[in-house]
Amino acid sequence: MTENKNDKKIGVFVCHCGINIASTVDVDKLVEEFSKYSDVSHTENYKYMCSDPGQKLISAAIKKHKLNGLVIACCSPTLHENTFRRLSENSGLNAYLCEIANIREQCSWVHEDKTEGTKKAIKIVKTIVEKVRKNESLTPVEVPVTKKALVIGAGIAGMQAALDIADAGKKVILVEKSPSIGGHMAQLSETFPTLDCSQCILTPKMVDVAQNPNITLYTYSEIEDLEGCVGNFKVKIRKKARYIDEELCTGCGICVNKCPSKKALDEFNVELTTRPAIYVPFPQAVPNIPVIDKENCLFFQKDACRICEKVCGPKAIRFDQEDEFIEEEVGAIVVATGYDLLPITEMREYGYGKYKDVINGLQFERLLSASGPTEGEVRRPSDSKIPKDVVFIQCSGSRNPEYYKSYCSKICCMYASKHAMLYKHRVPDGHSYIFYIDIRSGGKGYEEFVQRAQEEENVVYLRGRPAKVYQEGDKMVVWGVDTLSGQQITIKADLVVLAQAIIPRNGVEELIKKLKIQTDEHGFLSEAHPKLRPVETNTSGIFLAGCAQAPRDIPETVAQASGSAAKALTLLSIDKIHHLPIVATVDEDLCSGCEICIGTCPYSAREIDEEKKIAIVNEVLCEGCGSCVSACPSSASQQKNFTDGQFEEMIKAILE
Amino acid sequence: MQKEISTKKIFSKLLEKFETISGENTFNCYQCGCCSAACPVASEMDLLPSQVMRYIQIGLTDEVLNGNTMWICATCYACQARCPRGIDIATVMETLRQIKLRKNEDWTVLGKIDVDELNKLPPIALISNLRKMTG
Repeated sequence: MTENKNDKKIGVFVCHCGINIASTVDVDKLVEEFSKYSDVSHTENYKYMCSDPGQKLISAAIKKHKLNGLVIACCSPTLHENTFRRLSENSGLNAYLCEIANIREQCSWVHEDKTEGTKKAIKIVKTIVEKVRKNESLTPVEVPVTKKALVIGAGIAGMQAALDIADAGKKVILVEKSPSIGGHMAQLSETFPTLDCSQCILTPKMVDVAQNPNITLYTYSEIEDLEGCVGNFKVKIRKKARYIDEELCTGCGICVNKCPSKKALDEFNVELTTRPAIYVPFPQAVPNIPVIDKENCLFFQKDACRICEKVCGPKAIRFDQEDEFIEEEVGAIVVATGYDLLPITEMREYGYGKYKDVINGLQFERLLSASGPTEGEVRRPSDSKIPKDVVFIQCSGSRNPEYYKSYCSKICCMYASKHAMLYKHRVPDGHSYIFYIDIRSGGKGYEEFVQRAQEEENVVYLRGRPAKVYQEGDKMVVWGVDTLSGQQITIKADLVVLAQAIIPRNGVEELIKKLKIQTDEHGFLSEAHPKLRPVETNTSGIFLAGCAQAPRDIPETVAQASGSAAKALTLLSIDKIHHLPIVATVDEDLCSGCEICIGTCPYSAREIDEEKKIAIVNEVLCEGCGSCVSACPSSASQQKNFTDGQFEEMIKAILE
Repeated sequence: MQKEISTKKIFSKLLEKFETISGENTFNCYQCGCCSAACPVASEMDLLPSQVMRYIQIGLTDEVLNGNTMWICATCYACQARCPRGIDIATVMETLRQIKLRKNEDWTVLGKIDVDELNKLPPIALISNLRKMTG
């Protein structure tokens, strides 16, 4: 038995986790080993430590043996650290004197040999015993919550989240990059599976957003910078110059009508048409205030024209307007940045975008839309003829890990069926063909919708991915296959519509860097847990909604946005949040005030105490990342319960 | 006629051999059919390239080895250039030819083949024959 050099009374509890641990680790051997330690006052093993009887035996031991340190050898701390720390606190022992030794994920699950597994488990538990020997009792840092939310992106996801938060009586800052709110949903014609007009169901919500007194809307604005953390973020918003005085503009539209520069490609009509240099994206835009597109404005490019300025009744044109910066403080953030489509110019087999009559799904939505460039008459872009044979190609760029995107874009099966159906409604004597690989129609009324397209609307479904599309005269020839009949198929079409893969919104990478959140390999935002924390990011206080996270349809987006709003509201409805006390601390005798830590800290938590000439820690801002600790040249900065001294002993234990 | 299939028949020694020679995992193919759509000579084949992959996936290898697909294939790589899963289908065809050819003569002297017979042979068969025992 080793001599008890300290006044520690540690308890070591070993969990069998059924057979998850016990089949690869000799749990009796562990108990035997740690009972030899002079400062381990109690040790035992049990089938499920996390179960009620398991917790009771730990609690009883804490009280009986007056334990002042606790090591639970079990699964990963991401699962039950909270359980055992809470138990510890409730049994009269500071939560931060309780540590988890992960002998499941890091040992039993990855080994087969019981002798070796047991040896490794002993080493793992030993290191944690060393750590607990020098752990201090800590108290969580209390931080007040700023009761206001920021929602980034005002498509259907962002609008829904903002409205839910605002309706609960909390203030919302809604920031939208483009000149109007509405997002892609404003571009759609009718929505599956009920075929209700997209704008008709969307515009009332847009008006709600505009009129809600709890929502402050910043359109044509972007996030410039973000500081702080959960409960207290500081956000800097860049309000881009519209070159219009928003107070004076009446939205009469004379400037738009008179603008002589009409060459710019219209973003709202997905480049099917052009628009003036001064424009409002669409008639129901919120706010109904134009924007001057500098790149195409004759004044900005050639110092000429100024017609808009002359015709404007209220004299609202401001060519000298500059970007404005607004600072706001918020407690929670919802990111709803949405999606774009994989550009057709990348599709090698379908003509690299060189054929005018090969278009994407959103362009076809505009052709179907009553507010579109053809007022809902389906006319093809090259010669404005009404196409009589239309081919829809699904999985264009999706499910293709070799050349494009490996994932399924999820909504294409449904919208291709909708497109084919709506086309038949517009052009009754037309023929529509859909090339699919699998039809994925999981959703309320979705399968019935696809069946209706096949049975009642005479849409021809062909199973196979076409290999190429090329032009022959005024026809687009599609080379396909129907794998069900085993036949190669050629269709001479007038128009080809590609269901392009859904990708994260263009330029969102910059924003992600500012928010310091994570993405997956494709650039979609990562959730904290795929099943149990689907609307939270790994950064506490930042939530997700809509296609920014993964491709999804409108009902799912709205549901998820409400979920995000509820999460944000949970945070905003408490007065104070508890911040982990595992923060940096400074040994005043060692600190030379060199300021290296200040430059290293990503959370602006280090600052100089002018009186003492040392670098102190703002515990409210400190996230406990440890950057300053490793950067400090004189070891003055230490992380509480993760000190250099603790690590030395832990490393020694593992090397013994 | 009903075909009796079994996992034993699917995960056979032949499949192992096929995957060793071709370097491809048969089950990588998810039957999108793009190879068949791209193939310039599929109209002459009794099984489309994607069907060949499917037959192998369900263990109907005899049907594939007795079919004409692999002899019609000209190794133009139109299929491989489009496969979304990066399967080298032309090499799959060559693998099938190799498996078939390995059962017989190891070496053929081209000069000794009768001219009439030579005319009847698919050129790819000769090429495969010359490549025999090299991969």
